[in-house]
Amino acid sequence: MAHASYLDKKGLWSWLSTVDHKRIGLMYFWTSMGFFAIGGILALLVRLELMFPGQTIIDPNLYNKMFTLHGAIMVFMFIIPIIPAALGNFFLPILIGAKDVAFPRLNLASYYIFVTGAALAVIAILNGGVDTGWTFYTPYSIRSATSVVLTSLGVFIMGFSSILTGLNFIVTVHKLRAPGMTYFSMPLFVWAIYATAIIQVLATPVIGITTLLLVMERVLGIGFFDPKLGGDPVLFQHFFWFYSHPAVYIMILPGMGIVSEVIPVFARKHIFGYKAIAYSSLAIAFISFIVWGHHMFVSSQSPLANFLFSILTMLVAVPTAIKVFNWTATLYKGSIQLATPMLYALAFIFLFTIGGLTGLFLAALSVDVHLHDTYFVVAHFHYVMMGGTVMGLLAGIHYWWPKVFGKMYPEKLGKLAWGFIFLGFNMTFLPQFYLGKMGMPRRYHDYPVEYASLNFVSTVGSWSLGIGFAIMFSYLIWSLYRGKAASANPWNGKTLEWQIPSPPTEHNFEETPVITAGPYEYGVRT
Amino acid sequence: MNTHVVPHHFDSADQAYQASKLGIWLFLVTEVLLFGGLFVAYIMYRAMYPEMFHEASKLLSRPMGAINTIVLICSSFTMAMAVSATQRNDSNRANQYLIVTLFCAAVFLIIKYFEYSHKFHEGLLPGMYFTFEGLNHPKAPLFFSLYFMMTGLHGIHVLCGMGLILWMLIRSNRGEFSSQYFTPMENTGIYWHLVDLIWIYLFPLMYLIG
Ligand SMILES: [Cu+2]
Repeated sequence: MAHASYLDKKGLWSWLSTVDHKRIGLMYFWTSMGFFAIGGILALLVRLELMFPGQTIIDPNLYNKMFTLHGAIMVFMFIIPIIPAALGNFFLPILIGAKDVAFPRLNLASYYIFVTGAALAVIAILNGGVDTGWTFYTPYSIRSATSVVLTSLGVFIMGFSSILTGLNFIVTVHKLRAPGMTYFSMPLFVWAIYATAIIQVLATPVIGITTLLLVMERVLGIGFFDPKLGGDPVLFQHFFWFYSHPAVYIMILPGMGIVSEVIPVFARKHIFGYKAIAYSSLAIAFISFIVWGHHMFVSSQSPLANFLFSILTMLVAVPTAIKVFNWTATLYKGSIQLATPMLYALAFIFLFTIGGLTGLFLAALSVDVHLHDTYFVVAHFHYVMMGGTVMGLLAGIHYWWPKVFGKMYPEKLGKLAWGFIFLGFNMTFLPQFYLGKMGMPRRYHDYPVEYASLNFVSTVGSWSLGIGFAIMFSYLIWSLYRGKAASANPWNGKTLEWQIPSPPTEHNFEETPVITAGPYEYGVRT
Repeated sequence: MNTHVVPHHFDSADQAYQASKLGIWLFLVTEVLLFGGLFVAYIMYRAMYPEMFHEASKLLSRPMGAINTIVLICSSFTMAMAVSATQRNDSNRANQYLIVTLFCAAVFLIIKYFEYSHKFHEGLLPGMYFTFEGLNHPKAPLFFSLYFMMTGLHGIHVLCGMGLILWMLIRSNRGEFSSQYFTPMENTGIYWHLVDLIWIYLFPLMYLIG
């Protein structure tokens, strides 16, 4: 069947001026993946420096800048935008049977705002970089001689982009669902993106004002965070984590959404506990706003506050576990097909569970005093962010690649890369739990010989990760030119994106679809 | 005259209207949270240094603050009248109201300009630039940091609002709005009321606590 694909129009300008959510999603995708590559190379260099005690390849000042850049790039330019703004932009409207997001021009504007913020951050890097860590804690960030102002302005501006994307998605979900698409016939990815969007809209303005105040602190010396002028540096930490803890769920919820899509398709089963998964996304979004103090157990916060934040943090485990149990129950007695997307989804469940459970260690007050700011924390959040979000992302990329580009990726190479990534990931980060337990502090350039062997293993693991990603990037790009043409529905999916051609036409649906069945009705006799 | 075409991705004009409405309210929520950070800082530092806040507040000009409050409330009123005139297809009347709204906003900023320059002159500046001698409290600069941050951010919002109102005036003049289509006008009004509302909180918190 001949149809005009959304990719047909050629020329740079047709991309730069597009208001098509699919094209904007793709622009976000390539931009963020570019930053992911940069952040990844920085991570490899940081690991290389830590391979042996003493100075290995770079001096301490450069090292400080490198881990700061790795963190800031990965958080603000890769992991926050990549799933919502790239895959969410592409698939959210299609999954609810809409022709576009509610405000297409705002969508394009938010892309350019993102690029502007990212450009500022890049200028800051060229201008000497930042050495405060991605958290920009005061009072050091007020005194650091590096480009804190430019970087914070970059974060401030990228925040606006995130807010506008979230706002666009909320309105799209509420107002643009196709006839018959009730809230509870929306695919779970939509629920996840919706919960994410709520956090984006409610939390991001706070990081906006925080970075703005940090800039003012440096430019005008307003003293909000400076004890010398009557301010309180701990206030900065409260502000920062009021955003940055919920931001953790901006990062992880969309990954959970992808896993909820992939598992029923490749287990050929109706998803177990649809409503529980949908509600747990909202529950996570809600709880995320009242736990930020768990980052501040050793910051002179009152014991009562510590106690409350500790209890509340443990509450997050409930909705999270609900999801994990439901995914596992969906797998039970399914006809599981271990294609690459499914392998990544299973890796997600396995690694994220480790990441989540070690989070409980950190939520426990007395344990946290020992583990705070050690490699245990580094390992924990990499298990969540990389073992969780990135695995979810890779599941989503492989799952939707045929739809987005109309080409199949090579399955064997996909599995090979998965092997390198999965093994490499565990080899890199599992030793870090032990390092942290042994007391190795994070962010240090050097360490005593007692920590040497585990650091060595960790660095070798990072090479396996690097190889895995190199293979993946290569075959994905290769498949764009040489890949087998994809059919409309290569995985036998039931959701709406598989009912339209691969790649989709410009307006997604020639006629507005009318929805009569739920999203995952596999193996249900009708 | 109604030349407005519903964008292709909406099924009806009403759906488009509902979407924009939800969009602008969500945007207001983000604005409240943006200012929220400053209000939290205000609450915290006022609780820490109550006497200093009392003393410092006396240095602000109450008459000027009060006049500005009245001016902004008037502008909110004329903005609402402009929206309602548009809904009644009376774009001439709407344009007149928009001009008055713009005028009020300008008066607000001019008064603010005089207040600011007076403060600059006396050395009542934020944080480390504070040089005023007559206030015997080591943390007094903090009050003026808050004052300039909060009223400054608000002032930027007034400027943005003026830009939007001017744009509405131009579009209304071109006859783009009618009782059938007035979404941008109404949304600008909603935004403008928020700007007004924030000032209504700022005025007592800054000027009237002395
Ligand atoms: Cu947290």
